Amino acid sequence: MDAFTVHTGTAAPLHRSNVDTDQIIPAEYLKRITRHGFEDALFASWRKDPEFVLNLPQYEGASILIAGPDFGTGSSREHAVWALQDYGFKVILSSRFADIFRGNSGKGGLLTAVIPQDAIEKLWEITELSPSAPVTVDLQALTVTAGDYRCEFEVDEYVRWRLLEGLDDIGITLEHSEAISEFEKNRPSFKPVLK
Amino acid sequence: MGRTLAEKVWSDHIVHEGDGLPDLLYIDMHLVHEVTSPQAFDGLRATGRPLRRPDLTIATEDHNIPTVDVDKPIADPISRIQVETLRKNCEEFGVTLFPLGDLEQGIVHVVGPQMGLTQPGMTIVCGDSHTSTHGAFGALAFGIGTSEVEHVMATQTLPLKPFKTMAINFEGELPLGVSAKDLILAVIAHIGTGGGQGYVLEYRGEAIKGLSMEGRMTICNMSIEAGARAGMIAPDATTFEFIKGKPHAPRGEDWTTALSYWETLVTDPDAKFDKEITIDASSLRPFVTWGTNPGQGLPLDQAVPDPQSFSDPVERKAVENALAYMGLVPGQPLKEIAVDTVFLGSCTNGRIEDLRAAANVIKNRKVAQGVRLLVVPGSTRVRIEAEHEGLDKIFLDAGAEWRGAGCSMCLAMNPDKLTPGERSASTSNRNFEGRQGPGGRTHLVSPEVAAATAVRGTLSDPTDLVEV
Ligand code: SF4
Repeated sequence: MDAFTVHTGTAAPLHRSNVDTDQIIPAEYLKRITRHGFEDALFASWRKDPEFVLNLPQYEGASILIAGPDFGTGSSREHAVWALQDYGFKVILSSRFADIFRGNSGKGGLLTAVIPQDAIEKLWEITELSPSAPVTVDLQALTVTAGDYRCEFEVDEYVRWRLLEGLDDIGITLEHSEAISEFEKNRPSFKPVLK
Repeated sequence: MGRTLAEKVWSDHIVHEGDGLPDLLYIDMHLVHEVTSPQAFDGLRATGRPLRRPDLTIATEDHNIPTVDVDKPIADPISRIQVETLRKNCEEFGVTLFPLGDLEQGIVHVVGPQMGLTQPGMTIVCGDSHTSTHGAFGALAFGIGTSEVEHVMATQTLPLKPFKTMAINFEGELPLGVSAKDLILAVIAHIGTGGGQGYVLEYRGEAIKGLSMEGRMTICNMSIEAGARAGMIAPDATTFEFIKGKPHAPRGEDWTTALSYWETLVTDPDAKFDKEITIDASSLRPFVTWGTNPGQGLPLDQAVPDPQSFSDPVERKAVENALAYMGLVPGQPLKEIAVDTVFLGSCTNGRIEDLRAAANVIKNRKVAQGVRLLVVPGSTRVRIEAEHEGLDKIFLDAGAEWRGAGCSMCLAMNPDKLTPGERSASTSNRNFEGRQGPGGRTHLVSPEVAAATAVRGTLSDPTDLVEV
């Protein structure tokens, strides 16, 4: 995974709350067995509407998505994260993310930054007035900056550390291989085992 | 100080304490299906890592498979490749798989419990958010993403920060005619789709103790719809009775040891939850959703709400969007909403007891003209058991379709879909836009309400039916 420190890009305002992962990527696209190539699937059904924010020319190339509360609810499909990344998003801003989605994002290197709903609304306003204004998300300083506007964001400390370092979770865990083997020796025999 | 049930299970699985970082937690059982696993198996291959414990891993085909012609090759080539990929991966990594046509095949969350693989005090994960179902046995069970699937495959552990705990206490008993589904829909409407975020919910009280294991699974299943990581119910005699004699249940001396451990898996009287809420179970009524998230629900005898009655602007906007998508007008009585399709199935309500409850309502009655009733058992075993009891005949006589086991129209990855604008009453768990097919409109209901709705053609509960 590539390390993440600061990202600057343009942002798209998504005026929806409860954006569930079925909207981010409909089930139809989950039949694929690859980890990439999901850009066409992102918000597939909303994108049929020419007025949908990602269809507006002024938001073309946006890499930051500013969404309403409870983003990423529902299904655990990590394809939602892959679709957002394949489309070009690096950061999602919302006042509240669903847990599994947030976890998946952290693994894949998509930053889910939590800011209060009033900051979301302020950023909606800014990006509507000037869609091409650059927005900077700084994972070191934990700030979002758009022109004169600046706010702080929250992110899980552990996820932050991993993103900053670009670390692979499995690699970290495998350093505890001995402890895992030790634990396994003491597992009770009544626990189910296959075969 | 005492500990909650969730804390007890958590601490019994700590491999390595995090000291500020996440704890490393051992995983007792990893359930796998065709949709969220291919990229994880690829990851193992790419890094040359072995699958650590194939004997604690089990796979089934459920999300993507057809529910008719199950003896023929899968018609959709992309679905077929995904299912074949699972077969190849399981073969290569030594994972037990229940393929289409196998007696044990079915929805992953129906299969685990029916094989006795779901037991109290276990940690259970699956690349599927409804893994929370298994919490009905007093297990700590939760959904994970594909990266975590790979992590569990490689290490049989997960680094996790402790969840917060929330008690949902029910006072009084459930009135007759009110099911576990009604209860959980009411809970979600009460706390909202984000209300459980970061928490493990423990459902408590007489109304819960009185439920069968099927009912408890229905409730824990939908914990994720309240945003929670997991739902749990303390194991008791009902739990032990359900597990006893199942293929993977402990036997002989192991059973005695297991039982004495399981009996300790209750929240201590002096334990403290991070949050507690109380709900009066005796006031609950049959419940239905009117909107496009599971928190947008009301008792069935009420009317479609008016967006203007919501003071929070974000919520008002969400209600407006939902009503526009659902094609509903404020003030319309819910019982006047006509449906095209009724779907009885899913990991929420596709178990034998759910089929019995619906069959009981529909017996000697007919599905309304123009309505399609799709009955999809949660597993092949459930289907066979239902056929033994003659439930298939009751459904077929009423004019329903009797299908093979799988997820089917719960998420419409297979050919079972709503067409645009079509409306369903569904016993599944998600009423998101397009969840049951692009443009489809979903009302979540209990099996009893589903059956009554199929008969009347409009959202109904069994008391609306004329005597036969
Ligand atoms: S029945 Fe529905 S909710 Fe359950 S596992 Fe299948 S798709 Fe998911």
